[in-house]
Amino acid sequence: MRHAIEGSQALAQAVALCRPQVVAAYPITPQTHIVENIAKLVADGKLDCELVSVESEFSAASVVLGAASAGSRTYTASASQGILLMSEVLYNIAGMRIPMVMTCANRAVSAPLSIWNDQQDSMAVRDAGWIQLYCADNQEAVDTHIQAYRISERTELPVMVCVDGFTLTHTLEPIDLPSSEEVDQFLPPFKFSRALDPRNPTSMGTLVSPDYYPEARHSHHQALLNAEADIIAADNDWAALTGRSSGGLLTVDGPDDARIGILTLGAIHGTLAEARDESSDLPSTRLIKLRAFRPLPAAALRAACTGLDDVIVLERAFSPGAGGILSAELQAALASMDSPPRVHSYAVGLGGRDVPMDLYARLLKTIDGATPGPFTIFDVNLENLPAAER
Amino acid sequence: MLEVRIHGRGGQGNVVAAYVFATAAFAEGWHAQAFPAFGAERRGAPVVAFVRLNNQPIRRRCQVAQPDFLIIQDEALLHVPGITDGLAADGGILLNSSRSADSISAELGRPVMTLPATRLALEHLGRPVPNTALLAGFLTLTELFPRTALTAALEQRFKGDVLKRNVELIEAAAGQVPAARWKERSDAARH
Repeated sequence: MRHAIEGSQALAQAVALCRPQVVAAYPITPQTHIVENIAKLVADGKLDCELVSVESEFSAASVVLGAASAGSRTYTASASQGILLMSEVLYNIAGMRIPMVMTCANRAVSAPLSIWNDQQDSMAVRDAGWIQLYCADNQEAVDTHIQAYRISERTELPVMVCVDGFTLTHTLEPIDLPSSEEVDQFLPPFKFSRALDPRNPTSMGTLVSPDYYPEARHSHHQALLNAEADIIAADNDWAALTGRSSGGLLTVDGPDDARIGILTLGAIHGTLAEARDESSDLPSTRLIKLRAFRPLPAAALRAACTGLDDVIVLERAFSPGAGGILSAELQAALASMDSPPRVHSYAVGLGGRDVPMDLYARLLKTIDGATPGPFTIFDVNLENLPAAER
Repeated sequence: MLEVRIHGRGGQGNVVAAYVFATAAFAEGWHAQAFPAFGAERRGAPVVAFVRLNNQPIRRRCQVAQPDFLIIQDEALLHVPGITDGLAADGGILLNSSRSADSISAELGRPVMTLPATRLALEHLGRPVPNTALLAGFLTLTELFPRTALTAALEQRFKGDVLKRNVELIEAAAGQVPAARWKERSDAARH
């Protein structure tokens, strides 16, 4: 049933529908409303779950690591500095192949301090070995959390669901919340094959000599590559059950004969899509909405970019001194094409800078058939900087 | 599409006003979106929230740069530079003030509707929270949907005596502004 509901509140209800047994989190803007609402569901007796208050994000991640290792379905959420403080544990969770779901309420990283949205936090842990799924709206965010538990428990890989802070977490909009019957039908109870058990003692994450470490890493890499099929299957099954797809690995929206593509991660998609539909005077474009960033669906990206002359990659984070992260990965993925499109790399909306409707037209103006320039922050006001820093 | 920008200060229920208004509109069949643009997170700091209503799904998520209407919860904010930026030339301003609309309109150089929302809130709720009264006034001016939808949206947040006093506040506030004064303007924006 559709409700007008704040994104965070909908996410709390979606997580509750998945019947987590242990939730541990430390509040940080803009994740706070999600865990506050879960805590309220527990306090009101609507969710039977062990809610652990911890003193830091490092502990939050450690608690869910321990609980999931013992076979519990777990949940945590964080953002920004909280993700960074968790990062050591995030690598451990993934390396030990522990199934769990967490939300990253995407936020910029200090310094300078910003509470507002970009995706520097989840990008900073892109190599931790988690599946990362990005959501374009709150309906996708709700549905993706439910799908994430199934993907995680089938692949024995943790899943980070990335939800743009404020832009989604603090936006009230119509959201269809599934029934508990639908979720129960989709998501069977969690049975962890390697759950810690004193009757059958095992160790996890122990010292591995050079004789075995590369094999463990290979296995982890292969598991992530293989997860593409599970991500697609979960979305297909969810669509069959509810009538709603969240976009599998990626979705392509636009005419086949378009020569320009725009690749995005997250909630920026809607503004571009609406601007495109209002701009019939501009060249048609293909909007490529990437949902799975880890694993990176290289073959699907090549298919999505086939026939394009230019692809604009809108980065919501970057690597200082190098440039756009997504665009570098896209170029690597497209390198095997016979005539790959030119890749233009622009960062937009850093630290919550508004992404207005006219961005679409301004982006298209940069496409003139010439070789793309270097990565740039597209909406930077250079006149605000000393001349030497421009 | 109809776009509203709500200006207030932290603690005045700015975001709640946007959420309640969008919730009521959704129940009346609109596609609705509401979200805040927080500044510093503290009481008293200027805060902005946005509401969009449309007859089709709303996909854009940028801030409302060219609102059809402004709701201003604190009279002092009227003098903050940029407060009316982007407001449509024929758009409306609803201001929380005990002063007459005429004198404030003359000062600002454009028409302003006023509503003594803080005074009404103190009378009915005992707390200086102007948001509900302003929403009631805004609905009366635009007639976008019946005030009963606003009551229903408040029922999701309040119960018992608090709800009853809010409903009385809605009726009192509605009587303070001319009904349907902005109806033509809001009807034009909804298409």
